[in-house]
Amino acid sequence: MSQDNTFIEIDHVTFGYDSSRTILNDVSLRFPRGKVTAILGGSGCGKTTLLRLIGGVHAPTSGRVLFDGEQVDSRNKAQLYRLRRRLGMLFQFGALFTDLTVFENVAFPLREHTDLSDEMIRDIVLMKLNAVGLRGAAKLRISEVSGGMARRIALARAVALDPELIMYDEPFAGLDPISMGVAANLIRKLNDTTGATSLMVSHDVLECFAIADYAYLMSSQGQVVAHGKPEDLRESDHPEVRQFIKGEPDGPVRFHYPAAPFEQDLGLTA
Amino acid sequence: MTNLLSLLGAKVLRWLQGLGHSAFFFLDLLRFSPAALRRFSLVVAQVHAIGNRSLVIILASGLAVGFVLALQMYYALVTYGAAESLGLIVNLALVRELGPVVTALLFAGRAGTSLTAEIGLMKAGEQLAAMELMAIDPRSRVLAPRFLGGIVSMPLLAALFSAIGILGAYVVAVWLIGVDSGNFWSIMQSRVDVWRDVGNGIVKSSVFGVICTFVALYQGHETQATPEGVAYATTRTVVIASLGVLAMDFVLTALMFSTP
Repeated sequence: MSQDNTFIEIDHVTFGYDSSRTILNDVSLRFPRGKVTAILGGSGCGKTTLLRLIGGVHAPTSGRVLFDGEQVDSRNKAQLYRLRRRLGMLFQFGALFTDLTVFENVAFPLREHTDLSDEMIRDIVLMKLNAVGLRGAAKLRISEVSGGMARRIALARAVALDPELIMYDEPFAGLDPISMGVAANLIRKLNDTTGATSLMVSHDVLECFAIADYAYLMSSQGQVVAHGKPEDLRESDHPEVRQFIKGEPDGPVRFHYPAAPFEQDLGLTA
Repeated sequence: MTNLLSLLGAKVLRWLQGLGHSAFFFLDLLRFSPAALRRFSLVVAQVHAIGNRSLVIILASGLAVGFVLALQMYYALVTYGAAESLGLIVNLALVRELGPVVTALLFAGRAGTSLTAEIGLMKAGEQLAAMELMAIDPRSRVLAPRFLGGIVSMPLLAALFSAIGILGAYVVAVWLIGVDSGNFWSIMQSRVDVWRDVGNGIVKSSVFGVICTFVALYQGHETQATPEGVAYATTRTVVIASLGVLAMDFVLTALMFSTP
């Protein structure tokens, strides 16, 4: 990957929510401009935390996060809000505002950040909803839409302001095969048409490999195990990569949570 | 002994930390209130939502309190031949004390818990986090309008409580017991002071509005994002807001009505 073309850079970042547990352990990743990059890994390996660090929700314990060459400082609210206006994020369960309609959810960032007229906002919202195939659902309440629809509405909201960076947190989790295919197709299409940089966190190998240009695999110890183009990772003979891609229950990633010997817990040792 | 001391010390430290944190949260609400006022439609929407949530229970309770107050006062006053003071006693009791206090307690139980659960669930559903990442401060967009909405709603609700209570007392006193209607109203008109009695009642209910809404929002914002966490936070809202209102009522009454 060319360093010049890097839009987001994670540079030797270490992070833990408290001092007792390190979530990310000296990780370095680069996300190139205009490409779809997937971050793969099991639950709890720090994938979502990585997105939060890019958004400046938390500050790294050590290392730095660069957003288009500018170091993200989570204490500098003015800088954070300026950078955040350049990104859109799709949350795992949509994080839609349940007191608003589908239309108002997509219109929300437009109303908050622009002085556009109501007619203009209506046109943009309908265009975004049309792009995700939900123009007909504009008047529905959030309680009336399915999980797959909610994810698409959240996607329409995330791209309402045409962000330069779109971050997807588990975009395929809990979706049926059709909705999953629709979501994957939308992510790729949106990336190609808008030219945005897409960053996708997931544990769904097949869908990610189908649409990503580049992928990182993270271990449960919060480190990057492997990275490369999907076809390279598919061919990799790294045991952890093989285990993850094949979905084997035991291997380098242990089935059992660390514990004392079973005999000891059962009181069978002298 | 050392363990006991360190345990006690840790508890005190945690309590002080919580106190400091809530103080900063309160200052944040005040800091973002002018911005929320500039988007007045958000505040009006909250006055509508919060006021409506509590209106039925406030009116029903006000009426019931008015009924009972008139009956009890009549039995007490008639013994001393002072039944003509019934209107005055009922009015002062409602406007100075019962209106603001009972309204605040009902508000904490109805609108307060609702606010806590709403904010808590918004947090659990990552709605507040989503707003943050959209470069929109939830304190300005979500919390401050609700804070102002609560402060505006409380005196309005207390006024309605007192008004309906007085009407209830009138029904019992005049229609059922037979107290003179003219006497009921005229003694009220001549002896109730707009500033000292009604005005202080409004000040009281505004202060209670600050307490109840602040506690409700703080508990919702600081809740653990789990079903148990939200349930615990709503309970804490009722307990802390009610105790706060009762304590502050004593202080305010002492300050406002210390001279005859």
